[in-house]
Amino acid sequence: MSGTTIRRNGFRWSQPFVYGVALVVVAVTMAPVFYVVLNGFRTTAQINEDPSGLPDPWVFDKYLSVFQNPNFWTQVTNSTIVAGITTFGVVLLGVMAAFVIARYEFWGRTVLYSLFAAGLLFPLTVAVIPLFTMLRTFGLLGNLSAVIAPQIAFALPTTIIILVPFLRAIPAELEDAAMIDGASRFGFFWRVLLPLSWPGLVTVGVLSFVASWNAYLLPLLLLGNPATATLPVGVQYFSTAYSQDTAGVLAFTSVAMIPALVFFTLAQRRIVGGLTGAVKG
Amino acid sequence: MSISTISTGSAVSAGPVPPRTGSRGWRGPVFIAAFVAPALIVYVTLVLLPVALAAVYSLFNWNGLGNLERFIGLENYARALSDPVFLAAIGHNLSIVVLSLVIQGPLAILIALLLNRPLRGRTLIRTLIFVPYVLSEVVAGLAFRLILPPNGPFDSLLTALGWVGDKPNWLAEPAIAFWTLFVVLTWKYLGFAIILMLAGLQGVPEELGEAASIDGASWWQIQRHITLPLLGPTIRIWAFLSIIGALQLFDMVWILTGGGPLNSTNTMATYMVDYGNQRSQVGYGSAVAVILFVISLVIALLYQRVVLRRDLSGAITRGT
Repeated sequence: MSGTTIRRNGFRWSQPFVYGVALVVVAVTMAPVFYVVLNGFRTTAQINEDPSGLPDPWVFDKYLSVFQNPNFWTQVTNSTIVAGITTFGVVLLGVMAAFVIARYEFWGRTVLYSLFAAGLLFPLTVAVIPLFTMLRTFGLLGNLSAVIAPQIAFALPTTIIILVPFLRAIPAELEDAAMIDGASRFGFFWRVLLPLSWPGLVTVGVLSFVASWNAYLLPLLLLGNPATATLPVGVQYFSTAYSQDTAGVLAFTSVAMIPALVFFTLAQRRIVGGLTGAVKG
Repeated sequence: MSISTISTGSAVSAGPVPPRTGSRGWRGPVFIAAFVAPALIVYVTLVLLPVALAAVYSLFNWNGLGNLERFIGLENYARALSDPVFLAAIGHNLSIVVLSLVIQGPLAILIALLLNRPLRGRTLIRTLIFVPYVLSEVVAGLAFRLILPPNGPFDSLLTALGWVGDKPNWLAEPAIAFWTLFVVLTWKYLGFAIILMLAGLQGVPEELGEAASIDGASWWQIQRHITLPLLGPTIRIWAFLSIIGALQLFDMVWILTGGGPLNSTNTMATYMVDYGNQRSQVGYGSAVAVILFVISLVIALLYQRVVLRRDLSGAITRGT
């Protein structure tokens, strides 16, 4: 295996150099993460004494107190509900619209696609003040749906843009065959197209879940009480309210990293695969 | 619009299959409408309507409560465009756009070219490089706020590396804070760029490089004349995402510096939230939002013209 590598790349000395570069990049990438996780196992006194030391002895109190903090669990629950429903909504509405745009010729099709595509240029930041006043009018401020609905709306452009080429790549012969076998348009969509486009759906689903889980601006402005909003708002609130408790803030921050990291590890092939836009099972 | 280029870029593997005709009988239009309507309604009410409302609010002196009564025309715009703090904020956004393109882009391409070969632990390397992108900006920003204070862990690392003297206060000195912000942003988004480039490199056929190598081309010549041109579409997508992201930057700044010290890291978005939300100047904040939107739009359209031209020359290269 290494034989072919060396032949393809031309020179032998390159391999250690490449590993060196990889090592440096990974080290710079991971050092802050390790710092936060490790120092959650220390006390603030230890940290103040030696900012870059290792835990000695290991202290588990800070992590335990995060897990015993009722606000933390409220935030995790809220984040899960918001990200879950957002993802479901985005994928459902997105695949329906993308299906029609990708596979049917109809009046206004190009306009419709451009309209959704233009959404990439409408930043959430532009809409956030009017959204605030609109949702206040409907008395929805502080309600989780105040975050969910706009997040679905703002994730639709990316979702549709990713899904349209994906759905278009499914061969027309399959549709003809399904039609000959007596399937309706909906039958084709439900029984043939959805299963075939599953990898694409997972990709956009993962992307919108992570985006929603990490979102800060909308929950910050629309959910009110920061102590019980979503996780990012909650972590920020905790770090301001208990800024003297450095170790506690570090522990809270590192616990807040875990869900995104776990989810990413499970789905990373989908994320990376989705970036190539490849239609692979 | 400019997005069509993006979709063709990501659809390289999909290929253009002509859409099917949907006009078989009356059920076609009903079916189409039923499938498009939910997405369209949500999108129009919660994306297009608020953006339009922002444009309306921007013409009023309004604190967000009561009726829209005090119409003041373009005064909010005049005020924003003559406020040195806002102009500086625009400058910060544009600087981050340029710095990202000039520094993050080439760095990511170089690292991706180096890593694009069979390596032991390749999957692990990719996963770890991508981690910062998955973390929320809030968590990443808080981590750096805890790492960068005076005499904090970063300073003691520098001391250990041989910098004995006084270190700057990374987040609190106006001349330094902006560069700190940019470095943290690079940490957060370089991995995404590298992974994107690696994904694009998978679409470059190995046979081309092998053939050139047999003809005596060096590694660098292969990358320069074969791989890089073929990576063009990926680079252009990344650049577009990077530009848009830099123009809309909010979370990281808000967490890391709050726009300070002395407004030295304000972006258009932090300025907008500061006025529109914190100070309840909804009309004024909306004018800022509209300016932010117009700047993004103009830059995106300009970008499209450049991209279109490059795409044409790219097509010629690919044809040979």
